[in-house]
Amino acid sequence: MTEHELRDLIAEVAEGRLSRRGFVRRMLALGLTAPMAGMMLAHSGVAFADATLPYKPTKAGGGGLLKVLLWQAPTLLNPHFASGTKDQIASRIFFEPLAGWDKEGNLIPQLAAEVPSRENGGLSADGREVTWKLKRNVKWHDGKPFTADDVVFTAEYAADPATAAFTTGAYTNIKVEKIDDHTVKITFREPTPFWADPFVGVTGQILPKHHFGEYKGAKSREAPANLKPVGTGPYKFVDFKPGDVLTGERNPDYHVPNQPFFDRLEVKGGGDAVSAARAVLQTGEYDYAWNLQVEDDVLKRMETGGRGRVSTVVSGDIEFIILNTTDPWTEVDGERSSVKTKHPTLSDPKVREAINLLIDRDSIQKFIYGRGGTATASFVNQPPRFKSQKLKYEFSIEKANKILDDAGYKRGSDGIREKDGKKLKYVFQTSINAPRQKTQAIIKQACQRAGIDLELKSVTASVFFSSDVANPDTYTKLYCDMEMYTTTQPQPDPERFLNQFVSWEIANKENKWLGRNVSRYSDPAADEAYRAAQKELDPVKRAALLIKVNEIFCEAHVILPLLSRTRVAAGASNLMFDHSGWDVDTWNIAAWYRT
Amino acid sequence: MATYLLRRFLIAIPSLLGISLVLFTVLALAPGDPFEELATNPNVPPEVRTALRAKFGIDDPVMVRYLRWLAAMAQGDWGFSFASRIDVDQLILQRVPVTLFVIGSSQILALAIALPIGIYAAMRPYSVFDQIANTLAFVGFSLPTFFTGLLFILLFSIQLDWLPFVYRSDISAEGWRWYWEHLRQAIMPIMVLGFFQAASYTRYVRSSVLDVARLDYVTTARAKGLDERTVTLRHVSRNALIPVVTLVALQMPAVFGGAIVTEQIFRVPGIGSLLISAMLANDTPVIMAVTFVFACLVVLFNLIADLLYGWLDPRISFG
Repeated sequence: MTEHELRDLIAEVAEGRLSRRGFVRRMLALGLTAPMAGMMLAHSGVAFADATLPYKPTKAGGGGLLKVLLWQAPTLLNPHFASGTKDQIASRIFFEPLAGWDKEGNLIPQLAAEVPSRENGGLSADGREVTWKLKRNVKWHDGKPFTADDVVFTAEYAADPATAAFTTGAYTNIKVEKIDDHTVKITFREPTPFWADPFVGVTGQILPKHHFGEYKGAKSREAPANLKPVGTGPYKFVDFKPGDVLTGERNPDYHVPNQPFFDRLEVKGGGDAVSAARAVLQTGEYDYAWNLQVEDDVLKRMETGGRGRVSTVVSGDIEFIILNTTDPWTEVDGERSSVKTKHPTLSDPKVREAINLLIDRDSIQKFIYGRGGTATASFVNQPPRFKSQKLKYEFSIEKANKILDDAGYKRGSDGIREKDGKKLKYVFQTSINAPRQKTQAIIKQACQRAGIDLELKSVTASVFFSSDVANPDTYTKLYCDMEMYTTTQPQPDPERFLNQFVSWEIANKENKWLGRNVSRYSDPAADEAYRAAQKELDPVKRAALLIKVNEIFCEAHVILPLLSRTRVAAGASNLMFDHSGWDVDTWNIAAWYRT
Repeated sequence: MATYLLRRFLIAIPSLLGISLVLFTVLALAPGDPFEELATNPNVPPEVRTALRAKFGIDDPVMVRYLRWLAAMAQGDWGFSFASRIDVDQLILQRVPVTLFVIGSSQILALAIALPIGIYAAMRPYSVFDQIANTLAFVGFSLPTFFTGLLFILLFSIQLDWLPFVYRSDISAEGWRWYWEHLRQAIMPIMVLGFFQAASYTRYVRSSVLDVARLDYVTTARAKGLDERTVTLRHVSRNALIPVVTLVALQMPAVFGGAIVTEQIFRVPGIGSLLISAMLANDTPVIMAVTFVFACLVVLFNLIADLLYGWLDPRISFG
């Protein structure tokens, strides 16, 4: 998709011929995030919409107890220490950012009075300054007023490396100044096309200076407020037992009129996803459960009871397969899968193309993931008129056979193809997770019929996703021919997500396999487009460049995307809730209510 | 007696040191990284991760870390949880009441079932009652708790809708309702654990009562014309229960240690579930502390069992 085509699409949205949601869907298919799509529209004069839940109750309180079940239990409540989603969800109940992302990628003001734009003077023409106007009359839970000082402090707190905040990346290269008590200006060192990262969403929750001021840097872990949060959120902290239960009560001074609806709130943790779904859908013991990575069939059966319903929202998570073009079975300078080696057969583009044809994405979606994912052959598959012919997804054993025949791979006596004595036998690894093992089996069957033999290997998730340098089975080591996993896109800006396609991020021994480019494949054109995107201020041009980076990898059949995953949650049938794939589930919990 | 105690305590020190060294080394060698989420998150620069690792001293050699841990432990500092960023002793203390309540009640339930059934069955060996009790006992300890737990949930929570299957430690009701709610949610985990334990206790009680019932003094007691009730309760049971008491005492560490599987199924916030979630999060200080406390309890209750034995059976002396 070129810049020109993107502009056409944006114009269609502006004229109302294409819905905002349709546009966002298409951008998702191109590997961009919904927030990025929203930013493109905003830049082109299509204002952010509001796809949040319409709030019906006419007074705050009176809703009784809201019971939320997280099957991974929250263990800490400081949003800047929160490494896992479970902790982010828990801390977001008490702390708020200046703005959050709704499910369609709209930026919704929370502690800000409005979202900065060129029209309201919030964004400078050179792309280096963002001015946020803060909401007035917001009070911390202890009654102190919320001011620009707290915002400035939060940036200092997170930026200090000694604090060891997980959000530090968003605050390191910026300068934050207080203009007046309710205005804050952010100055970026370089023109920054995606400015909505500091103080926004997951990374942006504002801390009260009067509670954390003394605990910046090395003393951060001693702050009493780490476990007894004082925020601006809709619920006040009551009690917290790490790894078990968190309770809150209604904040009577909440800054949004008539919110929140519930008087008390309980977040229980622990157990597993299936029984969490059961507690909401079947027995109704809980009102809401999150991240239900459960087979869709099981969820459907539970839903028949009528006590609850399953809700899915799109996210940037993509399940995909990497084909290793380096040789995983030869050791060079103390590492396997080194870029100095070439895979005996997978370095042949024809073989990779054939394997891509042997993945029955439709069946994988239909029989394994259901509502949990949407089949995607490449990042580019929507809409029809932009569907690239090269990247069309297809499942065809005959075509794969023909490609391999033409490329000179002949079947041996055991039915496995070979050329120059090199057999098409591969080790295909992934983490242990029932849907993944089923997917492996489906692909293995199809490959068998095309004369390719796959040996399936599955590694415990805690090892596979660890960064243990000594373990050969981690996903970044890629000591196998093929591997499959999901990359999550927790941050709304796809630029950092796409750095897994650049040459300087290749994982190797030197960087202790922490490099983001796990596939080890690189292409000068992708590097160039990525570098250009980093500097490009026009969001539309930038999107076109990032899409190009994506396309290069898909066209080379090094990255074979399977499904774009959705976030699955379950809620009681009378609970009106609002979760988003671009922010944490509780980002808008103030607006949840019961009918 | 005093010298015996002293000797036992002195023996306990090297064994605890040995246990802690083994535990620490195994944990240090195990794969996994408490900060793995940082490594996979592109938002976090690698420096933050290295700084954190340096701060918690993860990159030091195992022996250095072990000695540091030992020195801290000797001063009562149990360590600092990576995952929760609070002290480990706080985490463990929060879990103790629930663990004691649930596991303790299940032990009481197990004894309440096992004692009468075991004694009654042994006094009438190979009767219909004995056969049924035996069969049930075999069924009881052949069924793993994760199976009976799920079965109970299916039956009582989903089919009948009588009992909740998620354990909540923060019930807000007051007065008798508070007790009722606590009892209601604890019924299933207590039953699952209690039945399992009762099955094996029943076997022990039965066989030790059988042993004693054949002895001459029991025949003498009957010959004296004592009624069957007195013979069973005062002469047989008292002597037969000595090994059972030891067995129960040795089970006590498990009461503190919790029941990992059952706690996970019913989401009981006990020490077992703390241990399992710490393992999943690679939170080594918590794993280390919990397993070490467990080891101490095993050593301690072994001693208590030995002392109890001597007290119950005066023939044994601690010379």
